[in-house]
Amino acid sequence: MSENQSVLTSGATLAFIAAVCTALVAATYQATADRIAANEKALLEQSLQPAIAGLFFEGGVSESRLVLEPPHELPGSDTALIYRVYSGDEPVAALLAVTAPDGFSGPIRVLVGVAADGSVSGVRILQHRETPGYGDSIDSTRSDWVLQFDGRSLGDPVITQWHLRVDGGDFDQLTGASITPRAVLKAIREVLVYFDANRDEIFALPATEEEP
Amino acid sequence: MASSLLDRLQHGLWRDNPGLVQLLGLCPLLAVTTTFVNGLGLGVATLIVLAMSNALVSITRRWIRQEIRIPIYVLIIASLVTCIELIFKAWFPTLDRSLGIFIPLIVTNCAIVARAEVFASRNPVGASIADGVGMGAGFALLLMSIGAFRELIGQASILSRLDMITGGEPFAGLSFADRGLLLAILPPGAFFSLALAVAAKNAIDRKRTPLNRTSVWRREQLTGKDNP
Repeated sequence: MSENQSVLTSGATLAFIAAVCTALVAATYQATADRIAANEKALLEQSLQPAIAGLFFEGGVSESRLVLEPPHELPGSDTALIYRVYSGDEPVAALLAVTAPDGFSGPIRVLVGVAADGSVSGVRILQHRETPGYGDSIDSTRSDWVLQFDGRSLGDPVITQWHLRVDGGDFDQLTGASITPRAVLKAIREVLVYFDANRDEIFALPATEEEP
Repeated sequence: MASSLLDRLQHGLWRDNPGLVQLLGLCPLLAVTTTFVNGLGLGVATLIVLAMSNALVSITRRWIRQEIRIPIYVLIIASLVTCIELIFKAWFPTLDRSLGIFIPLIVTNCAIVARAEVFASRNPVGASIADGVGMGAGFALLLMSIGAFRELIGQASILSRLDMITGGEPFAGLSFADRGLLLAILPPGAFFSLALAVAAKNAIDRKRTPLNRTSVWRREQLTGKDNP
């Protein structure tokens, strides 16, 4: 009997403490949820801004978002996101967040902005783990390397020249790193090819519903 | 009473410093200390969790049975860390992104569960809080010094990204040269820095303690006379 009682007491104590802890977390969540959502939205808009070269989102960011689950024809085997920018009903640009799978230290998340005419409006690296001092120069806070793609398109240069100079193409590499810029360049090229083939569909599709 | 609280603080800050002496919590210590600001962020988060978990464990110590104490420590620590993570996400979003997984991983910092088990579960609330603050501050100061050291050597700058704490425009830091010694930023640099810090502490202790006192102190350590 006493053993049963001690098990019951222990169980009750555990349950009580679990309830108190849950209440504590729930209260903190309630107090912070709005701020966190606002922070995330601001961060997203801020990170998209450079890739569309000064064009501002008129509607909400998430209202223009397409979510492509793998398998898709874009680079990488992660979920790809496409944000569409319109002026009225006229398509202005599409921002494609894709993953370059073949970075030096793992996948690199790249945001490629493509204007409606098919030229690059801006490229930014969203996430990477490349070597500090070498591969991390792909990051626009470290060097101007990604800016060389601005305004270029599949005709300028022709697709066979969409490679690094070291591989016989038209684009600058980085000193001390070749795998990293090659991976990024390949992702940009594949995004442009995809955009070229699917342009009308990208701007016509309705936005992907947010998960409830 | 006040002197014993001060003594607790001094234990955490120096004599039993969780990083330098007990060598606990090395995973976050080595992983996030690439800059001073990162070290400060994780250090303060750990300090808050440690002080609060010590307080809660000490408050509840009388009616918690031995056999369920570990799950209860885990519950308390995990809830506190979740709350801290939410607060960081809400008020220091860039710092939260910079520290990434290491904020939730404070749960697994063995220094915290060690203080709950060794100290807070056997001592009154005031002493437990002092112990948590001392240990947490000791850990935070170590994170900050190693972060500052690695940033100075590796990037030849200091206080970079201070905006993650103060808000405002991105701040590149006070720079002294174009490029530092890359090794200090890479993982081996973390081990070297920690080794230097431990060696420095031992050297200072040796200088302050005359030889005969050292042997007495060693004996006390070994017989556990001074253990909490």
